[in-house]
Amino acid sequence: MAETETTTVPTPVPPVPRPADTVEPAEQHSPKMCARDISVFYGDKQALKDVSIDIHDDRVTAFIGPSGCGKSTFLRCLNRMNDTIPSARVTGHIELDGEDINSAAMDVVQLRARVGMVFQKPNPFPKSIYENVAYGPRIHGLAAGKSEMDAIVEKSLKRAGLWEEVKDRLQESGTALSGGQQQRLCIARAIAVDPEVILMDEPCSALDPIATAKIEELIHELRGRYAIAIVTHNMQQAARVSQRTAFFHLGELIEYGKTSTIFTNPVERRTQDYITGRYG
Amino acid sequence: MATSSGHTIKAFDEDLDRLRALINQMGGLAEHAIRESMRCLVQRDLEGAEKIVATDKKLDALEIETERRVVQLIALRAPMAGDLRDVVAALKISSVVERIGDYAKNIAKRVPLLDNAHSIEPISLMPEMARIASEMVHDVLNAFVERDAEAALRVVERDRAVDDFYNSIFRALLTFMMENSNNISQSTHLLFIAKNIERVGDHATNIAEMVYYASTGQHLADRPRGHDPLKPE
Amino acid sequence: MNRPDQSARLKRRYASERRFRAAGFFAVSLSALFLGLLLGNMAWKGLGGFTRTEAEVTIDFARSDLMIDPAALTGGQAQEVIGSADLDGALSKAATAEYGPEAEEMFGAGGSRALGRGLINDSSLLQRSATLWLPAGSKLDGAYKSEGDALNERLIAKLDAQDKVRLRFNSDFLTASDATDSSAVGVWGALKGTFLTIVVTMLLAFPVGVLSALYLEEFASRNRWTDLIEVSINNLAAVPSIIFGLLGLAVFLNFMHLPRSAPLVGGLTLALMTMPVIVIAGRNAIKSVPPSIRDAALGVGASKMQVVFHHVLPLALPGILTGTIIGMARALGETAPLLMIGMRAFIAAPPSGITEPATVLPVQIFLWSDEVDRGFVEKTSAAIIVLLIFMLLMNGLAIYLRNRFEQRW
Repeated sequence: MAETETTTVPTPVPPVPRPADTVEPAEQHSPKMCARDISVFYGDKQALKDVSIDIHDDRVTAFIGPSGCGKSTFLRCLNRMNDTIPSARVTGHIELDGEDINSAAMDVVQLRARVGMVFQKPNPFPKSIYENVAYGPRIHGLAAGKSEMDAIVEKSLKRAGLWEEVKDRLQESGTALSGGQQQRLCIARAIAVDPEVILMDEPCSALDPIATAKIEELIHELRGRYAIAIVTHNMQQAARVSQRTAFFHLGELIEYGKTSTIFTNPVERRTQDYITGRYG
Repeated sequence: MATSSGHTIKAFDEDLDRLRALINQMGGLAEHAIRESMRCLVQRDLEGAEKIVATDKKLDALEIETERRVVQLIALRAPMAGDLRDVVAALKISSVVERIGDYAKNIAKRVPLLDNAHSIEPISLMPEMARIASEMVHDVLNAFVERDAEAALRVVERDRAVDDFYNSIFRALLTFMMENSNNISQSTHLLFIAKNIERVGDHATNIAEMVYYASTGQHLADRPRGHDPLKPE
Repeated sequence: MNRPDQSARLKRRYASERRFRAAGFFAVSLSALFLGLLLGNMAWKGLGGFTRTEAEVTIDFARSDLMIDPAALTGGQAQEVIGSADLDGALSKAATAEYGPEAEEMFGAGGSRALGRGLINDSSLLQRSATLWLPAGSKLDGAYKSEGDALNERLIAKLDAQDKVRLRFNSDFLTASDATDSSAVGVWGALKGTFLTIVVTMLLAFPVGVLSALYLEEFASRNRWTDLIEVSINNLAAVPSIIFGLLGLAVFLNFMHLPRSAPLVGGLTLALMTMPVIVIAGRNAIKSVPPSIRDAALGVGASKMQVVFHHVLPLALPGILTGTIIGMARALGETAPLLMIGMRAFIAAPPSGITEPATVLPVQIFLWSDEVDRGFVEKTSAAIIVLLIFMLLMNGLAIYLRNRFEQRW
């Protein structure tokens, strides 16, 4: 193989798998979020076609697929971020703990506090680190006074694995941190409003391998506490981080199953082609 | 030989093809060694037997090369699903084929010790047994390269014939030894040789199971075995 | 590739780069030259306006005709008392007595004003004779600085010989208002009028402009009506300013009967002119706030209002402020619309409120430039210098505020 001249980027070293990674959690309670027959139209163009998935709260669900296959669009349906796009139209039924999120009875602001989101490019507010984390709890009235707010900020930063690095400089600007730290700050910000579900849209695509590994470890630690759905175009990451994987292609859900099965013996031909790199 | 189809990174296809070519090469050598060793046995070709022992080293070297390539492929290409199963199968098959080569070498080593065994009758069955065994090896490695699970299954069935041959030879040699105690040393060698060929058949079956798993992602259920002389009939 | 071909191409490329650089340098130099000429011309002509000629004169107050009670000068009535006294006459008599009949109009309004101030400061002067340096009248001033008529030239020669004439910094220029005598004029009235007008403009244009920009960018739906509004606002920004003057005349003066020539009306008119600029700058500033910040705020569960007021507005503020101040600076320099609404009268006293008649600095400059008296030439240029300094300060404020509020995201 020394004679080939490919420029393959070596994938980062995967962490040593722990027993918990390989043991499948039993199918116990009902799913945290259910989506049925979701279709999304941007004007006349259909971006998603009749997608149905369950998101469970004790596992990480990964959405993979080539560019433009609709995985980010679907993720954004789960916290109604598609509402901010004027030409987008969503049909279908999504439930959070049994409540329909698109009904008039569900306040979209409250929904977004329960279903948090972390974006592809770290986007901390141009405020201090403390303010970044405190903003959410403040507008939702989660803290009665300064000491309670301090506690929330500390807890969120600790859970995001950032506390030790920033505890002495909480008043510094959030944008002065490195890319990986900024992303963890965004995760802390999402955690601070005490959500039930965390949606992550390609959270590591702008980060270097070490920062990526730290975020993946963080996702593993957060798994028991929040239901996590992660969109990623890096299949190895989906394999490392998730217990369930859904493969999207051209707006359709092709296959959804256990991550270990999808990556060792997928059922659908298109899934196999994509994950072995025969696609395109 | 079926080439790996359509990875976006062409070098990945080339790596997998080269791996298959290696396995093919090893298989050819092993297969040839089995047939050659049987021919040398029948024709008392001492020189040929020495050559077989010498070329076994080549098989060992190829196995090491295969292992090296597999490790590199896993590290650099991160193969998934079918590709991963293929690569793991290639690793296991190479070690099995190397073993098969060792059996052929073992047979060749016994050739000088059997110079006046032409009078032993059971020896006439052995070329046929060896032929079946070497064909099994040939076919199962073809099945690997072609990723043909059905062909692998067919190879499994033929092991029964090999086992039956072995049982006959076993009984015949036992009788032969009981008739005349001068025959014991020759017969024992022949027994070992027969056992080696029977092992070759078993190994071919093992390879067939690996090929089946690599192609389909499922393991073969307990396969039908030949008559086990250790069990009461 | 052909070697000689390649090097010929290379030479041509270098040559054209050199030509381009030379052309750019030439263009910049030309601009700098024009700017330098303008400033130089203004400075040359106007620096004289910041100085005034002072002449020495001896006045025997005890024997003069002035009937001023020293005690009255200490109370609040002092200005009135001084105003009613005939300081001009006393001064004239003293000058004639000392320098001959040619010196009758030696001191002008400025001189008597200065005398009055001196008496209020030290009322003991009234009991004796005093020798004072007082500002000269415009004719003498002109004769001393450049040249005047024969009479004044002789007077200057006489004074000069006795070392009784000198040039001093004209502090009155910045503290006095308009006057008929060019040596006594000051820009303070105009400055105060400008200030009041700008305050009115800002109080009206800024909130309306910013809120309009916010509404149009964030809350309005995209349909034909909003497109129409956007086009209208863009056009408004390009309308010649005199049209706004006509509008102000028709609506504010003739229809609403607001007081003529007042900063209120001037401010309203300029506000109409400045608002589209603020809206456009505001919209651009709001548009440039990256959507990632909005998404982040929405993702945490902020409502639309919270996103706009907690995140978008603070980030758009530098741009809005810059646009505002640039709009203000433009409004400051406007003459035509204010002329239309009547801010062209002769205002001798600075305005005390926004409904009092006033004038603004550009208009003042325009009015002075029309005057016949040669002394007004240097005053006009001096006022232009003041205006330019004011503009510089405004732009400096814009840059300071922009840097202060700039946050990197």
